Amino acid sequence: MQKAEVNTIDAIPVRRKKESQIVMIFKRILRDRGATIGLIGILFFVFVAIFAEQLAPYDPYTLDITAMLTGPSRAHWMGTDELGRDVMSRLIYGTRYSLALGVLGSLMSFACACVLGCIAGYFGKWIESLIMRICDVMMSIPGTLLTIIISAVLGSGFFVTLIALSFGGIFNQVRMLRAQILRERGQEYLEAAEAYNCKKTKIMFIHLLPNVVSPLLVNLTMGISGTINAAATLSFLGLGIQPPTPEWGAMLSGGRDYLRNCPTLILFPGLVIMIFCWCVNLFGDGLRDAMDPKLKN
Amino acid sequence: MNTPAVEVRHLKKYFEVHGGLLHAVDDVSFKIEKGTTMGVVGESGCGKSTLGRTIIHLQDSTDGQILLNGEDITIVNSRELKKIRQQMQIIFQDPYSSINPRMTIEEIISDPLKSYGWRRKELSDKVTELMEFTGVEDRLRMSYPHELDGGRRQRVGIARALALDPQFIVCDEPVSALDVSIQAQVLNLLMDLQEKSGLTLMFVTHDLSVVKLIADNICVMYLGQLVETSSTKRIFDMPLHPYTKALLSAVPSVDVDHPAKRILIQGELTSPINPKPGCRFLARCPYATDQCREPQQLAEIEEGHFVSCCRVKEIN
Repeated sequence: MQKAEVNTIDAIPVRRKKESQIVMIFKRILRDRGATIGLIGILFFVFVAIFAEQLAPYDPYTLDITAMLTGPSRAHWMGTDELGRDVMSRLIYGTRYSLALGVLGSLMSFACACVLGCIAGYFGKWIESLIMRICDVMMSIPGTLLTIIISAVLGSGFFVTLIALSFGGIFNQVRMLRAQILRERGQEYLEAAEAYNCKKTKIMFIHLLPNVVSPLLVNLTMGISGTINAAATLSFLGLGIQPPTPEWGAMLSGGRDYLRNCPTLILFPGLVIMIFCWCVNLFGDGLRDAMDPKLKN
Repeated sequence: MNTPAVEVRHLKKYFEVHGGLLHAVDDVSFKIEKGTTMGVVGESGCGKSTLGRTIIHLQDSTDGQILLNGEDITIVNSRELKKIRQQMQIIFQDPYSSINPRMTIEEIISDPLKSYGWRRKELSDKVTELMEFTGVEDRLRMSYPHELDGGRRQRVGIARALALDPQFIVCDEPVSALDVSIQAQVLNLLMDLQEKSGLTLMFVTHDLSVVKLIADNICVMYLGQLVETSSTKRIFDMPLHPYTKALLSAVPSVDVDHPAKRILIQGELTSPINPKPGCRFLARCPYATDQCREPQQLAEIEEGHFVSCCRVKEIN
């Protein structure tokens, strides 16, 4: 008996300092090859967005009528578009808009969903019915339509587009979070926290949320690519980011008219969107695995 | 006479459910003297956990009174609630779900102190003291719960309950999820604590051998009602209520020469939803008569021995 006990305690690692869960998750991600590639890719895009001025060979707005719709050449690696603008420079500058829209848009809807979902799931009763019915109503409208309605009402521009893009994504996540919380709500540690008079907000966001948020976080990373696509849809319809601005989606839809003469106009923006989404998804997959505290190091 | 640490008068807790009102706790009254342990026994679903949770205000009571040190705490505002929660704590049954898997042991134990505004510097010392007191090795401070075994987790749960120096702790089946060897350790710990700091315990369990060891007094519950209460010795020596008799006869005996005569009760539990007036045990009681259809009163048969059965004199 005594001996057995000694053995079990020896198996538990000793830590001098609290090992933060974020640090632990990060370490695990670095151990996962796919996730590491995803992370490096994302960091690369962030780097490009920050140093766009230094990296771009041309000004993304300068027209060159002598070189319209040229394919890839030594002067223009990815060719030029219908107005003779350098596609590569536009893609590099476009990283700023697309990344910001994708990441901020997803983060905003994630944050709203966390607050609403926690309130609905934890308090229950009428407040839950109210929030969930609103979600039902909103989810009955197709997401794209909802985004179009909002940007049509509010007008175009970067921030309006951001709001329009994030709004549609909230309700699905609220539903998901609430389902997670319903599963977790019966856990006794929540009751224990209540028994020692922990503040309700603290119980919701410090005790409950970290235990239910992981599927949502994975969803968030996956959602970034969806948001970039939605932004492209908006640009295509003439809402959202307006034409001269080099946004990936806008470039993609702009190139559609010249598909026969100059397919590279679609190829390169498409490739960039694909690579970015792929990186984000790889990272998201790794994150989901790394979020489980029960995983062995 | 001293004021009891905790007194419950005609406490009721009903839940609205599909098809009526579920009488989880129905008109329960008892007193727990300071520094003693009250064992609450009964089968699954008889409302014993609900009773504990209602007393420490995890659930609102439907009717009746709860007194802490002679003070009525049935209806309190949030400031008073904060004050009484410092004095009443709970230890849960399942050590796997009762501590937050994303917090370190230190964070779990110190969290109650944080919500009562302790400073960071004092926290660390208090946690050391609590861990030593409950026998959790200091090296586990920064570990996460999933790295610990059930017994250690339960000790962490106990340390957390003790953090605020409460006078009264509800133990909601604290050992039923543990191995027998670990059960003994945890029970010893609880009894040591009581000896050292004069804690008052309410020990909810379905395990009669555990209650025999730890409790001074026993309440026997059946379908939300108190059927018999007395000192542990009297209940075990001379149970009076037919349900208590059947319950006690179910305790396995190691005496092979004198096997205990088992009283088998027939039938299933009747529904606690909208129960009929009269004895709840009626449908399964071998002594039932028409008399039992009247509402039953808890009557003092001998000093300190209360039974809720109209035929108690004739049966015994």
